[in-house]
Amino acid sequence: TVNPDIASERQTASFSVEKLTVWLDGGVENTRTRRAVVEAIESDPEFSRENQYFQSQNERYEAAVRKAVHLQKKMHEMGWTENGPEYKYIYRALAGDVAFLLHHIFIRSISMLGSDKQIAKWIPLASRCQLIGSYAQTELGHGTYLQGLETTAVFDITTQEFILNTPKISAMKWWPGDMGRSATHTVAFAQLYIQGKCYGVHPFIVQIRSLRDHSLCPGITAGDIGPKMNFEHVDNGFLALQSVRVPRENMLSKFCEVQPDGTYVRWGSQKINYFTMTSVRISLLSDEVIVPVMKACTIAIRYSVVRRQSELKPGEQEAKILDYQTQQEKLLPQLAAAYAFYFINDYLQELFDNTYKEIQKKNFDMLPELHAFSSGFKAVVTQHCTSAVEICLRACGGHGYSLLSGLPSLYTKILASCIYEGENTILLLQTARFLIKCFMAASAGQPVPPSVTYLAAVKPRRCPAKNKLDFLSPDIYTEAYQHMAGRLISSTAAKLQDLIQSGVKKHDAWNQCTVQLAQAAKAHCHYIAVKNFAKTVEKLQTQAGIQKIMKHLCDLFALHGIFSNAGAFLHDGYLSGAQMDMVTASYLDLLPIIRKDAVPLVDAFDFTDKSLNSALGSYDGHVYQRLYEWAQKSPTNKQMSPAYEKYLKPLLHNKLSKL
Amino acid sequence: TLLHSFVHRGRPEPLDLHLGMFLPTLLTQATPEQQNRFFMPAWNLDIIGTYAQTEMGHGTHLRGLETTATYDPATQEFILNSPTVTSIKWWPGGLGKTSNHAIVLAQLYTQGQCKGLHAFIVPIRQPGTHKPLPGITVGDIGPKFGFDEIDNGYLKMDNYRIPRENMLMKYAQVEPDGTYVKPVSDKLTYGTMVFIRSLIVGDSARSLSRACTIAIRYSAVRHQSEIKPGEPEPQILDYQTQQYKLFPLLATAYAFHFVGAYIKNTYRRISGDISDGDLSELPELHALTAGLKAFTSWTANTGIEECRMACGGHGYSRCSGIPDIYVTFTPSCTYEGENTVMMLQTARFLVKSYTRVTSGQQVTGMVSYLNDLSRQRIQPQHVAARTVTVRINDPASLVEAYKARAARLVEAAAKNLQAELNHRKSKEEAWNRTSVDLVRASEAHCHYVVVKLFTAKLSEVSNAAVRAVLTELCLLYALYGISKNTGDFLQVGILTDAQVTQVNQRLKELLAIIRPNAVALVDSFDFHDVHLGSVLGRYDGNVYENMFEWAKKSPLNKTEVHQSFHKHLKPMQSKL
Repeated sequence: TVNPDIASERQTASFSVEKLTVWLDGGVENTRTRRAVVEAIESDPEFSRENQYFQSQNERYEAAVRKAVHLQKKMHEMGWTENGPEYKYIYRALAGDVAFLLHHIFIRSISMLGSDKQIAKWIPLASRCQLIGSYAQTELGHGTYLQGLETTAVFDITTQEFILNTPKISAMKWWPGDMGRSATHTVAFAQLYIQGKCYGVHPFIVQIRSLRDHSLCPGITAGDIGPKMNFEHVDNGFLALQSVRVPRENMLSKFCEVQPDGTYVRWGSQKINYFTMTSVRISLLSDEVIVPVMKACTIAIRYSVVRRQSELKPGEQEAKILDYQTQQEKLLPQLAAAYAFYFINDYLQELFDNTYKEIQKKNFDMLPELHAFSSGFKAVVTQHCTSAVEICLRACGGHGYSLLSGLPSLYTKILASCIYEGENTILLLQTARFLIKCFMAASAGQPVPPSVTYLAAVKPRRCPAKNKLDFLSPDIYTEAYQHMAGRLISSTAAKLQDLIQSGVKKHDAWNQCTVQLAQAAKAHCHYIAVKNFAKTVEKLQTQAGIQKIMKHLCDLFALHGIFSNAGAFLHDGYLSGAQMDMVTASYLDLLPIIRKDAVPLVDAFDFTDKSLNSALGSYDGHVYQRLYEWAQKSPTNKQMSPAYEKYLKPLLHNKLSKL
Repeated sequence: TLLHSFVHRGRPEPLDLHLGMFLPTLLTQATPEQQNRFFMPAWNLDIIGTYAQTEMGHGTHLRGLETTATYDPATQEFILNSPTVTSIKWWPGGLGKTSNHAIVLAQLYTQGQCKGLHAFIVPIRQPGTHKPLPGITVGDIGPKFGFDEIDNGYLKMDNYRIPRENMLMKYAQVEPDGTYVKPVSDKLTYGTMVFIRSLIVGDSARSLSRACTIAIRYSAVRHQSEIKPGEPEPQILDYQTQQYKLFPLLATAYAFHFVGAYIKNTYRRISGDISDGDLSELPELHALTAGLKAFTSWTANTGIEECRMACGGHGYSRCSGIPDIYVTFTPSCTYEGENTVMMLQTARFLVKSYTRVTSGQQVTGMVSYLNDLSRQRIQPQHVAARTVTVRINDPASLVEAYKARAARLVEAAAKNLQAELNHRKSKEEAWNRTSVDLVRASEAHCHYVVVKLFTAKLSEVSNAAVRAVLTELCLLYALYGISKNTGDFLQVGILTDAQVTQVNQRLKELLAIIRPNAVALVDSFDFHDVHLGSVLGRYDGNVYENMFEWAKKSPLNKTEVHQSFHKHLKPMQSKL
């Protein structure tokens, strides 16, 4: 039976949940496949996450390894392959708690950076898991800035080997996943030296543990870096190399090679390296960022119709907390953002696919745009979603802080995404560099990519809206975003030029404008997100029931953004004070409308209870019973308190004997 | 849960609720006879107590609590019951494993009538064996976000009987025949709440200061990329974006420090008055601290996370110390009054004050700026629009700007509320439909109070160099707040576009001015390394070698080859 408080929410849905789910999945076939994969994984007790919240770091690591090993078997049994339609749903079904993700990066990096010969040698070994790989780039003292890496690889002509060293403590490899305990091999990045000359950072395959007994190889110091905010199932590791020798053939050499006599040869374009980074950034968005925020919304919204508090009408039953305007104002914009970013992911995927097609034709023209957008959106989406999950957590009152709610682990996991694969501020500045370049080009009448042509037409304007209903027009608000982004980019470009013209050196001028540049990059991404949402809604014409609610969400996403960044829209008088009041009114009017469909809108994400693993967010809404049941499974309840035996008993007994 | 902060600064402990709530409640609410019976045993730890108020289904809204205590005159006992799953006591610290007594809040029923919430002393575990008593179900609520040291617990009671004398009866009483005697006044309970919330404000300042200390020291040690081509990698603290992340937080930490001290002092002064019977200032202080509790804890919460992010990947490691500061601090947004509810309490006071002013009366204290509204009522436009000429380098002038913003948002919220009421909506409905505006008004009011208190503090500093640097921080705090909320200042013309541009420019200049003093400013917080608990924030800055030492202690490193190799990896590899 379903809790009547949540059942009633489903009876009034304005659209078909199943239809929305299918549309989000991109067709009935996908929905069927996804559900089949989820069912196969969740019905297998080896993959159970039942006790996850009660496990120690050691236990979680071991469980993740066990699951990874079992997954190999499972895939074989089910006939799932890496190129099959099921593959992309496996990770979502496992909810992430599985080892050897870096092993896949290891494989990917060899396929991308290795010569045909290297691929032929290493990939089969890795695919059959005869070795376990990791990917060692980041060092204790250096992360995002790759040129700063300090590990060295010196070529020794006499033995035809590279000698790898960690010259000082800040040069230790630090953070690579799977490296602390599991990996036997790693791709280590090091500064290449030939006859005293430095050739920059290159990748080398290094064996770190014995294939026989897993002990560390000579010259290798490696281990786990200790507990983190989350990812306790991953053995993020450290690695120090002391005169470790690897054969000349172990330098990955698709683009460059050291020949036996020590000659350094480079060929091909290194631009393709960017492509690897962008592919990783785009692929992490859906699994690591958008899925978690969708889960957090599901949990918080379902709980908010079960939890009742205080009275809205005197003498009546306590109200569902979702009926409070302040609660709606916390959660519904996050829900709208989850949808907005789900669609942005599609947008980026399409941009990626198109670029890939062009690259195969040796046309690299689209690469800068793809790189700029994937950087900017990685930053904007991870940051927005991280704070969205935290809002969901705190919107669940005290119970949100219980691990059993599922929210703390979603939060501590998603927030790492703001750092890995490029620190967000640095990524925004990369996007800004692209935008400034495009702005200059557009101002000079040169051609720019279609997504930034608006930069050619930045000029003072006024918003034409006359009443609050006008602000429900996508043209009106998209235009407002476009104007705001254009103004921020053009004024920052002007500031940069002023500084340079007044004699400030270019790099100093850049540093002095970075705060503004980062804001401009965010504004651009926000504009594209709004525009893309509006376009997505427009294309839905054939599905009227869904289109209506999606339109409301799109309006909410857009107006919430204006409401919370009012200054940016008021600044040059694009919006007047009176218009801002209209925006606020329209925005607040949307809340109770979307409130009615809130539960169906999260139901449509179609997460199973097992995948949510939350006592607060289950489909049936039996929150309190579940919380009580789960708490009793806590190991602390299965034993007499050791603290009682050790400390309290002597304390209390001494007192007793005195009485 | 929060009470660790004044029982002993730093880590929470299972006895916190005993020392922080059980004993004080006995002192304030027990009769002399009850104190004789319970206080000394509790003081000697024969009785270990906790305070069980929150239930699974009810937190902030106390009237909704469901636990019942029904008086039985035949045996002169109270019969305690947890009638539903939602009524199970949930969260009290020390309840899960440690305590043998609890002060339980329950709805009192006597002579067939409900008399509201009252407190009862309830034995829950057997002396000697520490086993739950018959009729009591008690246990730990499972793992949380931090606070692993505390056995937060649940408690379920089934027809559990306690003697009549176990109801705390200093104020309200139940006589042997079941007659209920009402308490005299409930204003005093305000006092305790004010006190506890003032502690949270102090805790906000302290927690944010710790995070700033770590992030700023680490940013002076960490080098990255290049600003000038060809030169060595600069300290990341030299990047404008890094300064923009951290220095406003540093200024905020200082600001909150002064706010915490102000509330504590005001409370001390007023509580002196309480014993003399003058409670006139208490409602305002109560209203103000509710909002400031929310304002400071929200800001500090976000700020701690920003500090962590500013430390890049290493901030995410537990060795940075910031994850622990965060998980320990973040529940303060919820406990002792959920923040949104707190903001709305302050709003209620603001609206009341506004209504008074519009009906021709004067208001005093922090809301006295609303008095200006009455003089301007003849003019049709917004209050704030005309009067202020803001000088962006003068803290006193910025206080006026914040005042104007608060006035305008309070007025707007009050007017919107009135408009909703005019639509013949019920009072509650109208309030709910205005609550987003009301929270904004409260925030603006609190923000004004913080800027005002920070500015007022400057004149008290006698050392010129210290005053100079605090003035810079105060300006930074005020200007940063404007730049983050430009909409409020632009919309009604408190500032012009050109002034906002100047504010942003001045803000960046201040970052560069504060940069040379940044480490000294966090050193002044005077946290010892042990207390800071952070490898990144060490006073000596020897970060990397100590991270390595710390990592070696990880449980996964206990053996060179982890057992999972033998169990899982080796079989897999050999099979293929």
